[in-house]
Amino acid sequence: MPMSGNAKISLKNVKKSFGNKHVLNGLNIDIAEGESVVVIGGSGTGKSVMLKCILGLLEPEEGEIFIDGQQLVGARPSVQEKALRNTGMLFQYAALFDSLPVWENVAFGLIQAHGMERGAAKHIAIEKLALVGLDADMAHHSPADLSVGMQKRVGLARAIATDPEIIFFDEPTTGLDPIMGDVIDNLIRDCTKHLGASTLTISHDMESAQKIADKIALIYKGGVVWMGPADEIDHCGNPYVEQFVRGDINGPIELDILKP
Amino acid sequence: MEWNFLAAIGRVALRFMRSVGHLSLFTVQSFKHIVLPPFYLRLFLKQLMFIGYYSLPVVGMTALFTGMVLALQIYVGSSRFNAESAVATIVVIGLTRELAPVLSGLMVAGRVGAAIAAEIGTMRVTEQIDALVTLSTNPYKYLVAPRILAGMITLPMLVLVGDIVGVSGGYLVATESLGFNASGYIKNTFDYLEARDVISGLVKASVFGGIITLMGCYHGFNSSGGAQGVGRATTNAVVSSFILILISDYFLTVMLLK
Ligand SMILES: Nc1ncnc2c1ncn2[C@@H]1O[C@H](COP(=O)(O)OP(=O)(O)O)[C@@H](O)[C@H]1O
Ligand SMILES: [Mg+2]
Repeated sequence: MPMSGNAKISLKNVKKSFGNKHVLNGLNIDIAEGESVVVIGGSGTGKSVMLKCILGLLEPEEGEIFIDGQQLVGARPSVQEKALRNTGMLFQYAALFDSLPVWENVAFGLIQAHGMERGAAKHIAIEKLALVGLDADMAHHSPADLSVGMQKRVGLARAIATDPEIIFFDEPTTGLDPIMGDVIDNLIRDCTKHLGASTLTISHDMESAQKIADKIALIYKGGVVWMGPADEIDHCGNPYVEQFVRGDINGPIELDILKP
Repeated sequence: MEWNFLAAIGRVALRFMRSVGHLSLFTVQSFKHIVLPPFYLRLFLKQLMFIGYYSLPVVGMTALFTGMVLALQIYVGSSRFNAESAVATIVVIGLTRELAPVLSGLMVAGRVGAAIAAEIGTMRVTEQIDALVTLSTNPYKYLVAPRILAGMITLPMLVLVGDIVGVSGGYLVATESLGFNASGYIKNTFDYLEARDVISGLVKASVFGGIITLMGCYHGFNSSGGAQGVGRATTNAVVSSFILILISDYFLTVMLLK
């Protein structure tokens, strides 16, 4: 396994089940500092669950999760809190606070966690909103008034507002038009390139995955079946990857549907 | 057959014990975050307004009509042995010790407990509580502590208002339709009233305020399964508040009589 010693984030043999449903089955993945990793995989394969385990929102039954070398599974809350202080997360369904206007959603981490004064935080929030293509008029709307795609972009602005060292994006471009999708892809790319952040992105979109990623990992049945450099994915020779990339119903990936 | 029956009882008992344990942990966490800094003053003030100020009409109406009907009924009873002069005293004691705190508690549980459970439950199922955690904000401190503290502080204030409105309602009925002399009724109201009558009612109110907000937060926090789950959390919050208010009322009364 490459560079597990100096990885920014490292998951070792992580297992998580709900009842008798085994979602993560000994998952291993490493993300180096400043690296952009994209995880692909069918829906319901546990990609969001993996992110929630890293963030301490779900507790794995087995395995270890390291951030900056600090083991987090079963660690005291204060240890987890400290390790996760410099992370940002975009949730799959945005998870905006509907009791707060858009700008306060974006400024939340700045005000609450970093103790920034509200006026200054609002200024930064409006800058971040501009980065995701939302103008200042939007700042005072309630998140409930926005379209799903706009909510997603507010969630993205919130995730990057504090310029965190680690950012997780759960399906950042799902529900966006192709042009806005491209803007968001570039933004995520910039987070790693210019801010030096380590990012872990979940995506269904192969084109966007190849644009964002240094490395791509395919999850199947609760484990990583292939991980490699983004430019190798088209000719990696792995049958699972080839089937997923082609979007073919025939291949080693079992689907819970009746084939015609 | 009997073993199945015993096993079923055992299962129910275990489930009950688990809920009690779960709720106890939640309560300890909540109170820990009420006393430990940082404090969210802005959120606390917002809850003071929501739980306290906006409950005034409901509590006022309840107390007014309770005081009025109490005067009528006690008059019926006391006139049977020529003790009409006791009406004012019994109305004020019944209201301050018992009816104002319990009825206000039940009304506020319906209004506030349900709203808290629905709001926090929705935040749970839409992952807003998870989002709080990822933004380095403790959800007990941010969501639960301000509500419980506001509940424990505002309920006694509401009940004090209820006491005054309720006694006034009794006074109106007594003087306007039962033919009592106004100054005599007022004199009888205050001559036999002791501070502990009022204070014991306010202590009860504070406990009820804690129960209502704790149940709202607890059921909201542990809701799951979309809109249906939030609906279930709301119902459970109100029903469990009602039951706990009635049970604790008895034990508080026993304790406060000593
Ligand atoms: N809190 C939960 N309770 C029970 N099952 C869950 C929970 N969260 C996720 N699951 C299940 O875990 C599986 C993986 O979910 P998820 O990680 O959201 O998939 P995806 O890869 O599409 O993001 C799904 O089958 C889902 O039903
Ligand atoms: Mg998902």
